[in-house]
Amino acid sequence: MAAEDLPSEFDVVILGTGLTESVAAAAFSRVGQRVLHVDRRSYYAGNWASFTFSGLLTWIQQHHEEPLPEEAQDWSSLLEEGEELIHLSHSDCASIRNLQVFCFTSEEDEEEEAPNTTEEETGGAAEDSECADSTEEETKETGEEEEEVREEEEVREEEQTTPSAALRQSEPTKKKISYAQLLKEGRRFNIDLVSKLMYSRGSLVDLLIKSNVSRYAEFKNVTRILTYRDRQVEQVPCSRADVFASRQLSVVEKRKLMRFLTSCVEETEEQRAYNGRPYLEFLRDRQLGDNLQHFLLHSIAMVTEDTPTEEGLASTRHFLRCLGRYGNTPFLFPVYGLGEIPQCFCRMCAVFGGIYCLRHSVDGVVVDRDSNRCKAVIDSRGQRITCSHFVVEEGYVAADRKRVATPTRFLSRAVLITDGSILPSDSDQQVSMVTVPPIAAGCPAVKMVELCSSTMTCMPGTYLVHLTCQSVGSAYEDLSPVVTRMFRTPESHDQETCPSVLWCLYFNMTDGSGLEAEGHNLPSNVYVCSGPDGDLGHELAIRQAESIFQKILPEEDFCPPAPNPEDIIYDGDNTSSSAGGEEEKEENDGVAEEEKQEEEKEMLEEEKEMLEEEKEMLEEEKEMLEEEKEVLEEQNLQTEE
Amino acid sequence: MHGRVKIKSTAQQEEEKRKEREKKLKIYVAARDACFSKRKEGIWDDEALQLTQQLLSSNPDFATLWNYRREILMHLETVKDEDEVQKIYEAELSFLESCLKVNPKSYGSWHHRGWVSARLPRPDWARELSLCDRCLSLDDRNFHCWDYRRMVVKMSGVPVDQELGFTDRLIGSNFSNYSSWHYRSTLLPLLHPESPEPPSPCREPPHSSPPPSPQTHSHRLCIQQYLKVTLVQNAFFTDPNDQSAWFYYRWLLGRAEREEMISCVYVSRDEERVAVAFSRPVNAQSVGLLLVLDGQPQRVEWRSVHPRFKHSPVWICDLPPGTISDITNEHNLTVHWTEKHTHRDCALYTGRTESWCRDSATDQELFRSELSVEKTSVLQSELQSCNQLQELEPLNKWCLLTIILLMRALDPLGYEKETLAHFQTLKEVDSMRSAYYGDLCSKFMIENTILKMEYAEVRVFSISDKNLTTLCHLDQLLLVTHINLSSNQLQQLPPQFAMLQCLEVLEADNNSIENLEGVYHLPKLEEVLLKNNKISTLADLQPLASCPKLKRLDLRGNPVTQTANIESELAELLPSVTDLLL
Repeated sequence: MAAEDLPSEFDVVILGTGLTESVAAAAFSRVGQRVLHVDRRSYYAGNWASFTFSGLLTWIQQHHEEPLPEEAQDWSSLLEEGEELIHLSHSDCASIRNLQVFCFTSEEDEEEEAPNTTEEETGGAAEDSECADSTEEETKETGEEEEEVREEEEVREEEQTTPSAALRQSEPTKKKISYAQLLKEGRRFNIDLVSKLMYSRGSLVDLLIKSNVSRYAEFKNVTRILTYRDRQVEQVPCSRADVFASRQLSVVEKRKLMRFLTSCVEETEEQRAYNGRPYLEFLRDRQLGDNLQHFLLHSIAMVTEDTPTEEGLASTRHFLRCLGRYGNTPFLFPVYGLGEIPQCFCRMCAVFGGIYCLRHSVDGVVVDRDSNRCKAVIDSRGQRITCSHFVVEEGYVAADRKRVATPTRFLSRAVLITDGSILPSDSDQQVSMVTVPPIAAGCPAVKMVELCSSTMTCMPGTYLVHLTCQSVGSAYEDLSPVVTRMFRTPESHDQETCPSVLWCLYFNMTDGSGLEAEGHNLPSNVYVCSGPDGDLGHELAIRQAESIFQKILPEEDFCPPAPNPEDIIYDGDNTSSSAGGEEEKEENDGVAEEEKQEEEKEMLEEEKEMLEEEKEMLEEEKEMLEEEKEVLEEQNLQTEE
Repeated sequence: MHGRVKIKSTAQQEEEKRKEREKKLKIYVAARDACFSKRKEGIWDDEALQLTQQLLSSNPDFATLWNYRREILMHLETVKDEDEVQKIYEAELSFLESCLKVNPKSYGSWHHRGWVSARLPRPDWARELSLCDRCLSLDDRNFHCWDYRRMVVKMSGVPVDQELGFTDRLIGSNFSNYSSWHYRSTLLPLLHPESPEPPSPCREPPHSSPPPSPQTHSHRLCIQQYLKVTLVQNAFFTDPNDQSAWFYYRWLLGRAEREEMISCVYVSRDEERVAVAFSRPVNAQSVGLLLVLDGQPQRVEWRSVHPRFKHSPVWICDLPPGTISDITNEHNLTVHWTEKHTHRDCALYTGRTESWCRDSATDQELFRSELSVEKTSVLQSELQSCNQLQELEPLNKWCLLTIILLMRALDPLGYEKETLAHFQTLKEVDSMRSAYYGDLCSKFMIENTILKMEYAEVRVFSISDKNLTTLCHLDQLLLVTHINLSSNQLQQLPPQFAMLQCLEVLEADNNSIENLEGVYHLPKLEEVLLKNNKISTLADLQPLASCPKLKRLDLRGNPVTQTANIESELAELLPSVTDLLL
């Protein structure tokens, strides 16, 4: 971070580096707006961030610590006549709660491995979370949780000395990865706070392509869709190739499924007749059978039993439209984790002159009393920065100033590190989307994503599993029943074949979809961005960023394609050689230090991206060129005269 | 403004690009000219290798340069030792790999790779196979790669079952792939060479035939095994509109080829003529056909039934006058097909005016050759699953057509009604091909009528009012004396019609016949009934003049009857006709 002062005038100041804010920052910067983008945290992406294992432990620690008392600094000397100050929140903890950590593997890498029992501890944890559920003051809550973590450590120590004989017998021959190993290999983890996937024809992918931001990242296909049904994990055949290869479907089911999927694509009178009635009813009347009905409802439409038909069909269509663009499933996942995506947009913003400061916040918004407009912001070092617009993540806005759905909606999240795939297959490098329908009435439907080590989010030999659902209770209450059923933990029984959980984390996060679009008690040129929502895709964040952009610059194009680096002219103080560009970047030293390295990486990544695009085009061409040969072979096959 | 990004205008970009291109072109042209002059001078050195490499990596379709490169390499082979040669060729392979990355469908690169691989002192086939796999995983229909792969497989002797597994994998990832299905169809016969004994005894020809020569064998494989795998069924149930699987399915079911043989010998005392029918069209003048009469080889001239045919399933010859005309003599005739080591005997007994020896269509199960002869139970279960699919997809043409074929293979007569109904649906759902279906249906109806005739052991062929659009299998009607084709949609009596050498009465009322080309030199034809057809000129009737015994001709309802002086013209054209209806 630069020690000297920042420029004192910007077009747009953005606080928070979550996806919405980052996309907005890139969009503004791209069309020539002067952007200052700051984040109080020491890392990018806020609640959208990805952490290494140790980074995550630090993050957990931070959320356990008592926040520093919020000293409202007196900036009145910086105010002019007719101005007043709206203070922004410092606290980070409001959006995350009910944090619980469990370690089910041994502390050290021992020769004779001790199995783990944490039953006592989990009993305690459940109680704890119940207490913590009520939204009391932060201090009390975090205090309790700290206690719990300590307790956990004790238990771990205990384990090493008194291994349970009953569990020892069932110890698998495979050596478990120890906690020490997880720590040692911690840098190989990129653990996302949110768990989402990119719909290959969703608005995020479209935006990445349109804006050329895709060149900053690499993506992997989700390789299979799984579902949990009758206490078993099954693969959902959703593409043509899957249906063809499926062993669980009879040929008649194959036909019915294909026919249903084909007929779905277009809206028909027959479908309209079901508007308002449950999708399940529509499916039932198609006489598809239980198998297919389950697949279509839970895994393809990903809706609940009472979702109306038109909605179910719409999400089925969306799923189908996304199939086959990049692979056999509709989803992509960014290598190195979802936290890459906001950073890619920040990079784009920086390339077009946006200035970045981490560990740097905005303390207050200077409002002109007469016009009720934001004139400037006061940063955490007491600099007054003039701006025409201020975009802020909702976490910084005091509760009494924003309008959110009541009661506050939360997401329940669990992150597991496991030692095996939930459905082992020929390849151990599968990226799986797993839909888990409510395991009992009143339970939420859980979306689960299992990542393998080639996504660069976990160390080889492990899998990273994300579970997400709408909160009913605490994350632990909502998700641990699913974890216990599908994985081997000390609480589970007779699940020798399931993968073991080595380490897991439960927490609740505010559901960003609870934030209202309008009606905040804020100046008209202050725009609030919500945090992550519970949907699988990124539609909300992108829509929000675009709508903020359009409110401010209704005439401008939203994220037009970025030019190739060789087409950018660097003039001004330096010579216009391409090397000068790099130097000038250094000069703009609002840019955080990482930024420089990233710029270097950029060139390499660009090349990769271009190659991939070419490949895509070639593939399209290939099909056309094929016909000649096809015809010949067709003739060979034909037994006709 | 400080820090703002300025972007080159499109004009600037264009200009830069143009300059870039010009520069490239200059370098390219210079290198090309250098190569050409070097080649002219016969220089085969490393520099030339360098130059061609440079050019070919930007344009891998420059065949001349590849040739030059091969010349250089062949020269280097003579001057370097094996290790060095190995090294050079390995470098060549990695160069080719980079070319293929640029253009995975370059003929030149793939061909050169094949050439290099074949010359490599110590080839690494495993590496080549994995290259092919990689390439096919990027594009599973790259036929260049398929070709190259076949070569690699052949050279390295990859086991057939492993290759079959490979096709399984590719079909698994995308089954709309003729290349993979086709490859399977070439692998299966290798994996299951023809069984020495046909499975069903009824297939044994009634006469003792010599062992089939390599060309005549009929592959019969255990298709049950491959049907059980249901790979292909999975494919067409998943996407019944994808033809690749259907074609493969047809191939799988229809492997039987007909044995090549003389299917019939006919001799007529009156005409002193012999007619021979073969199981497939041949050119009798060049296949070594030998006629032996009472132990004496005869010098005869074989001619096809119509001058238009060089190849025909039916050939005739005239015996020297007087050799068999005496009705009190008995004669023994043998026709040898020397090329195929096969023959057929025929005895003409005392008091008989004609005689023949043949395998009937029913004996040969001729019309089942469309789909193979495999066990009925297999076909039956296939029919069931197709019917199941048809219930789900009542309008799928591939399914309907396959059902028809299965029904024909199982019981052509028993399923006649269903077959006709399916044909009707087919014509409606695939109206662009209704004529094709019409012809196919005609063929099947003719086959059925032939079968019925055979069962009834008569020489009358009657197929009226069946919407026939075409005539086929006419070689099977060699012995027919009376044919009734009335009330169909025939437009012509094609040249093949001349194969009906025994025909006496031809009924073809109520068709749309315009052309009588096939009513040609039919020695016994006496009666031709062509009421309500479309014969419009006298010239159309010209072929009838070649039938010496024609007495009765019905032309009522034809445009030709409106011709002036029709009666006198006809009397002149067809003097033998005594009973003319106009």
